[in-house]
Amino acid sequence: MFEEIRRKIRKGQRLTKEEGIALFNTEDIYTLGELANEVSRRINSDRAYFIVNQHINPTNICINRCKFCAFSRSKGQEGAYELTIDDIISELRQTQEKIGYISEVHIVSGLHPEWSFQYYLDMISEIKSKFPSITIKAFTAVEIDYFSRKSGLTIDETLTKLKKAGVSILPGGGAEIFNSKIRNMICPEKISGERWLQIMKVAHKLGIKTNATMLYGHVETYEDRIEHLSRLRELQDETGGFLAFIPLSYQPHNTHIKIPYLNALDDLKTIAVSRLFLDNIPHIKAYWIMLGEKLAQLALLFGADCLEGTVIEEKIAHSAGAPSKKGISIPELAHLIREAGKIPVERDSFYNIIKIW
Amino acid sequence: MVRINPEEALKMLKESSLYELGKRADFVRKKLHPEGIVTFVIDRNINYTNICINKCKFCAFWRPNNHSEAYVISKEELAKKIQETLEKGGTQILLQGGVNPELGIDFYIHMLKFIKENFKIHVHGFSPPEISFLSKRENLTIREVLSKLREAGLDSIPGGGAEILSDRVREIQSPKKVKSKEWLEVMREAHLLGMKTSATMMFGSIDNEEDIIEHLTSIRRLQDETGGFTAFIPWTFQPGNTELKEEHPEIMPAGSVKYLRVLALSRIYLDNFRNIQVSWVTQGIKIAQIGLRFGANDFGSTMLEENVVRAAGVSYRVSLEEIIEAIRQAGFKPAQRDNNYNILRFFNEI
Repeated sequence: MFEEIRRKIRKGQRLTKEEGIALFNTEDIYTLGELANEVSRRINSDRAYFIVNQHINPTNICINRCKFCAFSRSKGQEGAYELTIDDIISELRQTQEKIGYISEVHIVSGLHPEWSFQYYLDMISEIKSKFPSITIKAFTAVEIDYFSRKSGLTIDETLTKLKKAGVSILPGGGAEIFNSKIRNMICPEKISGERWLQIMKVAHKLGIKTNATMLYGHVETYEDRIEHLSRLRELQDETGGFLAFIPLSYQPHNTHIKIPYLNALDDLKTIAVSRLFLDNIPHIKAYWIMLGEKLAQLALLFGADCLEGTVIEEKIAHSAGAPSKKGISIPELAHLIREAGKIPVERDSFYNIIKIW
Repeated sequence: MVRINPEEALKMLKESSLYELGKRADFVRKKLHPEGIVTFVIDRNINYTNICINKCKFCAFWRPNNHSEAYVISKEELAKKIQETLEKGGTQILLQGGVNPELGIDFYIHMLKFIKENFKIHVHGFSPPEISFLSKRENLTIREVLSKLREAGLDSIPGGGAEILSDRVREIQSPKKVKSKEWLEVMREAHLLGMKTSATMMFGSIDNEEDIIEHLTSIRRLQDETGGFTAFIPWTFQPGNTELKEEHPEIMPAGSVKYLRVLALSRIYLDNFRNIQVSWVTQGIKIAQIGLRFGANDFGSTMLEENVVRAAGVSYRVSLEEIIEAIRQAGFKPAQRDNNYNILRFFNEI
């Protein structure tokens, strides 16, 4: 099987869905990794990227109850929290004092029943005015949809306002698995896969770059994963707006989907197949928060070219028992990258090189 | 298969891709263990003392004898720990110190007899530094010390204290500990007495590829001679809370890529070792799963208790259920074994 796929990959030909599924089913993880690495090197040379960033989750209060989520709370429930704009500003200021600077802030949140769209706009404007040099990556398609419904604005209008307030990039969250049957099982209240793709398309048309994700390792099949990747590949052909694809490894603790212990071989395969199948998305991210630092490092030899960033304090995956640290230092990231035989490159939000470490 | 010589092994470790190493190691593992079984032992690490005269710079566990946290285990505590181990389905204890200068051979003999008189459990105990120290302290030969301990109830010897069998490295990081030759000599004597031992290697501190090959070559040679090693267990230096890290702040914990390269090379090069263990304690359970496709066929032990690595700030802890499931998810059949790698039981699907 690999001979034909290798031939196609070397010629720059696109893989079919059947070939994608066959790659998932292979026992030969070595050749799979080698091929994915070859493609990654063709696109990104030996660079492996990271960013000095911080994750902020303004609230965990959410009207949805996705079965895979251990982060959400109801208002008044134990553990529920709401950050004020001042809280957010002071968190960013603390980090800036500690490590000197932040290139990007990543903001995603629960769907708060009471907060208005204006509150989010004020939040973004305030961050932008206090920290003009920080790129703001904020709000998943799920939140954008919620803002639009709350405010009565179209998606186009909602995104335009956010862009004006200071949002430069949208994160790729909320994609989960597009297949509607699986989606109904794991997150019945969440927007559909169609809607998610539609919102991304509008963002791309407005010149807002985005990421894309896929939550895997719960009840979906390899076919569902390839279907998901295929939809992303189609949209990318049309818009070219996706910067990076981030497969998210399901964290089963404290959630409502109990599955056997996760398979690290499957994590590596998912990274590698994503790299080979998504021939039009420039970056594949090994999200160390969910994989753990060690597996994320290995993923750099299985098709990934980006390790996310310093993060500072991750909350969502850790609610579901992610075994990684909550943040990581630049020397640690650089060491992991170097040991894998790659060049540590600090990037900005758009994958421009800031510094080679 | 033609045996690989040290020069070839060195070249492979330095130059072969991770994919080549993995593929080849997996081929060798499959040939030796075609049935796809991955074994583990249910045991507990019991550290009878943390007082140690060796003061190795890579170790965060030892205490001087006047330290407030210094201890020697009491009989009651020892009995309680063994009882708990048996209750949890355990078949052995890993009994290790500290090289405590105040404990003579009588202490060891009494401890072993106490265990054997009260419990039916395999004692996998001590390591060459402890044996070597006893021989000097009591003015006995290594063989005499081993015979006495064996008579008192010692069943087998773990491969600890090997670290890297390269005196260049030992001189820097553990100058007071037994040198390579003494470590090998203790193991040789044990094997000649018919006792089985394992062999370990701690790498990723100030060692280089040459040191690693020197280590592997030494144990391969001894294995040719005696056949007494049951398994090889490579694991990575954990720098937290250690003097070595203070002296060399540039040392970062070895990542999975380095670990898997060394693991795979070990499987390829140590053609006379039947079993290679993954180290989930230092690498985490995910990399341990990957390790099963990079040459390893054994998950080591469940370690109901582990103190030494934990002292260096590593917190990987897993339950028996997680180990079973991790092995199964990686595509293998989990089985509990004894110290001699005899299978005791399989586990039904949940």
